[in-house]
Amino acid sequence: MGFQGVKEGFITSRLDEMVNWARRNSLWPMPMGISCCAIEMMSFAGPRFDVSRFGSEVFRFSPRQSDLMIVAGTVTYKMAKVVRKIYDQMPDPKWVMAMGACASSGGMYRSYPVVQGIDLFVPVDMYVAGCPPRPDAVLKGLMEIQKKIARGEPPGQKVSYIDEGVSVERQGSRKAFEEV
Amino acid sequence: MKDRVLEKLSKKFKTSILAVEEFAANPKLYATDLVVTVKKSDLISICEFLCSDAELRFDSLRDLMGIDQYLPEDRYEVVYNIYSLRNNFRLFLKVKVDEHDLKVPTVVGIWPAANWLEREAYDMYGLVFEGHPDLRRIYMPEEFEYFPLRKEFPLMGIPGSLPLPKK
Amino acid sequence: MSLSARSQGSPDKILKALEDQDTTLTFEDALENEMVLNMGPQHPATHGVLRLLIRLDGETILGCVPDLGYLHRGYEKLAENMNYHEYITHTDRLDYLSPLANNVAYVLAVEKLCGIEAPPRAQYIRVICAELARLASHLVWMGTMAMDVGALTVLLWGFREREKIQDIWDILTGVRFTTSFTRVGGIAHDMTDEAVAATKAFIDQLPDKLEEVEKLLLRNRIFIRRCEGVGCVSREQAIAMGMTGPILRASGVDHDLRRDQPYLVYRELDFEIPVHPDGDSLARFYVRMEEMKESVRIIRQALEKLPSGPVRANDPKRVLPLKERVYSKMEELINDFMLINFGINPPAGECYHAIEGSKGELGFYIVSRGEGRPWRLKIRAPSFCNLQALPIMLKGGMVSDVVAVIGSVDPVMGEADK
Repeated sequence: MGFQGVKEGFITSRLDEMVNWARRNSLWPMPMGISCCAIEMMSFAGPRFDVSRFGSEVFRFSPRQSDLMIVAGTVTYKMAKVVRKIYDQMPDPKWVMAMGACASSGGMYRSYPVVQGIDLFVPVDMYVAGCPPRPDAVLKGLMEIQKKIARGEPPGQKVSYIDEGVSVERQGSRKAFEEV
Repeated sequence: MKDRVLEKLSKKFKTSILAVEEFAANPKLYATDLVVTVKKSDLISICEFLCSDAELRFDSLRDLMGIDQYLPEDRYEVVYNIYSLRNNFRLFLKVKVDEHDLKVPTVVGIWPAANWLEREAYDMYGLVFEGHPDLRRIYMPEEFEYFPLRKEFPLMGIPGSLPLPKK
Repeated sequence: MSLSARSQGSPDKILKALEDQDTTLTFEDALENEMVLNMGPQHPATHGVLRLLIRLDGETILGCVPDLGYLHRGYEKLAENMNYHEYITHTDRLDYLSPLANNVAYVLAVEKLCGIEAPPRAQYIRVICAELARLASHLVWMGTMAMDVGALTVLLWGFREREKIQDIWDILTGVRFTTSFTRVGGIAHDMTDEAVAATKAFIDQLPDKLEEVEKLLLRNRIFIRRCEGVGCVSREQAIAMGMTGPILRASGVDHDLRRDQPYLVYRELDFEIPVHPDGDSLARFYVRMEEMKESVRIIRQALEKLPSGPVRANDPKRVLPLKERVYSKMEELINDFMLINFGINPPAGECYHAIEGSKGELGFYIVSRGEGRPWRLKIRAPSFCNLQALPIMLKGGMVSDVVAVIGSVDPVMGEADK
């Protein structure tokens, strides 16, 4: 993330950590609120499950000023072009959270116009299950993305799942499952 | 009210009415729905009469839909859901459309609400409404080639019919 | 033309290359140009994925073409492939701001088709749920309309009240949001005393909060100036465009399905229908605020009159038995098995039933051939017809009015796009 290729030394790794700390504690989401999950996302930004205490002070509706895209709702083929366009407009580094069942895998809509999961055209960092997920679950998803940034992982790879509050890291080996 | 409507309709359009149905699984609990099937050629005159008649005043078109009955003859039906605000009465008009002649006269001149409703029927079934000012697809993208609600279109769609952006 | 770093171009060469590109543009008159503005599907204020193509002459709107379909999920095709009970969860997501009202509308249509009626306690609870759903939807409308016009506080107040309604739903149904609470022949389970107490506490404090909002907005000159006279629809236009709900009532037409074609137990409840003759955004605002107060009245009466009794009708061939009996009695187990596997098999025929949802007339037209799945299910979505009138409302206005008008029309794309 900008510092690869330079020899890992004390100063650069401290700098890396500082940059990651700044990035993860000020994730400004771009809410791609499409359907019902958008209302739960509004609750998640509302007075009760306040998200601005996690650093997401403003919901920037402009992609150029945000770094986390929360895709909340069913993505149809007609809308997929738009979602991809907005994703391309976001500056690096950017993270994508697939909120809800519809964004993760097409949800309960196994029908002709619905894309069966946004990971078919956008790299996803976090899947939050639920229909719609409770705002607490979305907060946990946000916190897991913050942990991901703290670990220094590049966005778009090493996906984590939030299912009923347990996160399972998929690393291609059974060992990860057994540890959890 | 029901009888008044039928009386007036049959007096003026005796030959156009093909069938009158009233479905009620339990008439004691629920009011019956009156469904009048009319000939396609007389649809416009009947609709004008229903809308402009001083007593009936069916001035509000609430819904317009197509039904695919999947029969060898008269495969499609178009159902008009019209409501009279003055009399609080709802009437359903039905028109049978054959598979080989998908043209239906448009009622946009009588009820402007039919504009988008007919576009939806066109998008989902392929019924062509003659005289419609702007007949194009409303839900599916313009390049889509199929008509989704026909019975032979599969639920999951036809792979490749809708483009997806690259990852 | 590409200037690569390797080309050793002298300044003359570069200038020559630039001149070869014709970059001139001729304007007859710089101020006489029309522009097409795309208020795209992703927009903070379009209440979902609505796309508007607006033709502008400066700031005046000459015409507007709405583009729908960005949330078309294939509801009607899905209905032809699933049981009547399986579809209840799908109806939640239609008008997703008031999910319980959609459930009620759908099961009323199915019950009309089967010819059964829910017991009185279930009907009263359905009325309470439908009115709570209307309140929830109007609270979000209030918040978003005020936010679009500029008053951000009201959004947070609206969501604070909505959280209380969602808590009530949590106690009553088990889910905060998409509840799927009703069943054919009744409701899922009974309303406990805790839920009744929570509802009563909520409606006791709501009128004060609504008054606070009114004090904030209705004497605010900016709000009045932004909403008055904006987005006018005349009475004849409203009826001709097939509009229903608060928009129709704000144009002077006294029509409400709860009174004109009563369903459930609305005949026994005493409520008024607010009507305003103006037809502009401010009139719609007044109508919806009054409707919220009337909903509080209805819920209060329904809570007082709530009878005791069963919550599901006694019709084993059509109605799912209660879960406790399924796990302990043999006949109920067999009935449950048959109904889940083979569906309820209503008689062949067609029927239509509509309720007064928070946006207008929400109706379901079901064509059945006697099988466990409907042959055709058409959803009469109020937002679809209400959005048709958007070009009429916006013509001649200014660009900044678009947001106020859409806020006052309150479309929900989940049901407009089905």
